[in-house]
Amino acid sequence: MQDFLEFKAISKGYPGVQALADVSFSVKKGAVHGLMGENGAGKSTLIRVLSGDQSADTGEISIDGSTQHYRSVRDAFDAGVIVIHQELQLVPELTVAENLWLGRFPGKAGVIDRSRLTNVVREKLSEIGIEIEPSAKVASLSIGERQMVEIAKAVMADARVIALDEPTSSLSSRESEILYSLIERLRSQGKVILYVSHRLDEIFRLCDSLTVLRDGKLAAHHADITAVTREQIISEMVGREISNIWGYRPREFGDVRLEVKEIAGSKLRTPMSFTLRQGEILGFFGLIGAGRSEMTRLVYGADSRSQGTVSVDGVQVTADSPPHAIRAGIVLCPEDRKLDGIVQGRNIEENMAISSRRHFSPFGILQPKKEAELAEQFIAKLRVRTPSRKQDIVNLSGGNQQKVILGRWLSEQGVKVLIIDEPTRGIDVGAKSEIYEILYELAAQGMAIVVISSELPEVMGITDRIVVMCQGRVAADIERDDFDERRILAAALPDVANASQLPNQQVQSR
Amino acid sequence: MTSLKKLLLGEQGLVVIFAIAFAIVAATVPNFLTERNMLGLLQSVVTIGIVACTMMFCLASRDFDLSVGSTVAFSGMIAVMASNATGSIVVGLIAALLCGGAVGLVNGVVIARFRINALITTLATMQIVRGLALIASDGRAVGINDPGFYQLALSKFLGIPTPIWVMAIFFVIFGFVLNRTVFGKNTLAIGGNPEASRLAGVNVSRMRIWIFALQGLVCAVAGVLLASRITSGQPNAATGLELSVISACVLGGVSLAGGRAAMTGVIVGVLIMGIAENVMNLLNIQAFYQYVVRGLILLLAVLLDNLRSAAAGRRG
Repeated sequence: MQDFLEFKAISKGYPGVQALADVSFSVKKGAVHGLMGENGAGKSTLIRVLSGDQSADTGEISIDGSTQHYRSVRDAFDAGVIVIHQELQLVPELTVAENLWLGRFPGKAGVIDRSRLTNVVREKLSEIGIEIEPSAKVASLSIGERQMVEIAKAVMADARVIALDEPTSSLSSRESEILYSLIERLRSQGKVILYVSHRLDEIFRLCDSLTVLRDGKLAAHHADITAVTREQIISEMVGREISNIWGYRPREFGDVRLEVKEIAGSKLRTPMSFTLRQGEILGFFGLIGAGRSEMTRLVYGADSRSQGTVSVDGVQVTADSPPHAIRAGIVLCPEDRKLDGIVQGRNIEENMAISSRRHFSPFGILQPKKEAELAEQFIAKLRVRTPSRKQDIVNLSGGNQQKVILGRWLSEQGVKVLIIDEPTRGIDVGAKSEIYEILYELAAQGMAIVVISSELPEVMGITDRIVVMCQGRVAADIERDDFDERRILAAALPDVANASQLPNQQVQSR
Repeated sequence: MTSLKKLLLGEQGLVVIFAIAFAIVAATVPNFLTERNMLGLLQSVVTIGIVACTMMFCLASRDFDLSVGSTVAFSGMIAVMASNATGSIVVGLIAALLCGGAVGLVNGVVIARFRINALITTLATMQIVRGLALIASDGRAVGINDPGFYQLALSKFLGIPTPIWVMAIFFVIFGFVLNRTVFGKNTLAIGGNPEASRLAGVNVSRMRIWIFALQGLVCAVAGVLLASRITSGQPNAATGLELSVISACVLGGVSLAGGRAAMTGVIVGVLIMGIAENVMNLLNIQAFYQYVVRGLILLLAVLLDNLRSAAAGRRG
């Protein structure tokens, strides 16, 4: 088979950053090609250039032997290139079929031919094996199903090249499975799939070939993925060997720090209790929708509690609101950084000082010097990579944004309990280790830490104890010495009988 | 980007455009750059200028207040009626501030606690409050009994009328509040991302209530000054004020999507509105054309803002 999609010496610079430098590689027809690299390595820029959203400074893209000169997303679309972003581009209030036809509804004189609308879509969906009712509203679908609709949209448009940007980052493992089989089918139809992911397991499982980017340059190109190892890819990504990315260190635990008694709320009906000792890192594991985030939001007071109490060092937190929690020493790094964590359009300094500035702003009047000192201190301490503290937080990579949010809380006074929801989602390998290190250090200082993660290897790698949740209930509470992948996973599944049918990639640790 | 483009689309682009426009007008329009006309111009923008101070906070926190015009008229009425009834101007002022503050508080509580859309809430209170002003006065203007009341608008300090001083002081105070206080930063943070601000410990609903209550109080101040200037409480005063104020803010680069505001911008926005009207009056342009021109200025400002954020996006 010949090379179908070719990147030829693509370079793209932004003021101050060379996002891509002379990147060349090619992908064969009917191949799933992985694209890996740390955040900021240039993956997103490459995808943007491919999608026509941005044009390269130099270099060109060729598809099926012909050089492309497209200048817009529309041109790329006409050339058969479709990029599916993490933020899905569907209209929630329209049906699946309407979304798929959007922009070119079938019919005469503006009157839509409804039967054709649904029937063609139904055919197409069954052709590629997607079981979704065409007349269902997109708003009623799960995130996984919406992703399928996006892919169906690409197929409907006769896309020849489909690029997926971290498609499984918000999918449950079951939804991911369905996505994998859909990708397999697209491959057998001769499509070229460009697959961006941070997950080595799925890269090995899905991809035929792989390109690794580092600092905007081509770090490695593997035409045959079976010839490489995980360790090799990781070291290509970071440019150094990482033997053990967890770096777990045992600690002594102190007295009970956090005591949660019988809390419940509208999204977590069954009352839940647990305790956490000084210096302990407690992991919460469960499938998406198991109630982990809902539980932490109740503890933090982000959602209101219908019952139950939260105590820190034996003192009950008086009310359930974030300000009360913060004063009691409980802080939260939320799951969705973009939606709930960062304040867009504000710089690093302001994002860090947003809570702690009340301690050093007499009568509510700001002290710019102190805020600057504080920002510089935590930028250095947490090794936030940024040209300056005045940088808009939107321009930082995920890992650096997470560090800024950590800095927001570490600059608070008397933090005793840190709740961190999906600490490393969308964060590259190098920054992951740094964040784990920060957590260990905080725990060693006596902080009690709650880690919520959907990645089993991560929870097992860094925590002292794991509470497994399933359908809004505690399913198991396991100490580190008794950690066992199968046991944890079995407890997380709603129907334990399914445990034996688990996909293997779920239980492999990386 | 060429340097001209950079200048016009940069941070201070609006100020530059304003300076150029001012220079051209000063050179070409007769009687424009006289002390009398300048003071008249400033007098004419006092109401818009004062209300724009808090409207800026409202917009910056992703909210909206349509009830300002009605509140200005209502609190002006109350000031006149209360001082007529009690014979004390101070009582009249306090009554006006209480009423203005109360309207703002109701807006804030309904919007923040009951989570009703700000546009709808203030559209409702705009009509309710206008109705109250008409009911209280039986639809007629209420004349001021105590000549001392006129002095609020007529008195001068260093040759400049008091209302202009009040406006200037408000500009300074709210500029400070926006840039140098926790209140201001929290306002911008809420506008930037309300949920993230809440989870970061900002008491978002209390902030919103405060912003609306402040807006009401400031409207009362503007209402009192307006009543003093027109020597009566007029139930139909300040109709359409909300649109002029929001226009001035948007002209001044305040983002309707929240999170972006600057006091200097708002001041320039207010002045541009004032100059446009002033110049048209000086040139004897018919009032009907003035609506068209004001609309065009607003459209141009929004287009410019769009270009500016696109330029900023590319830089980022």
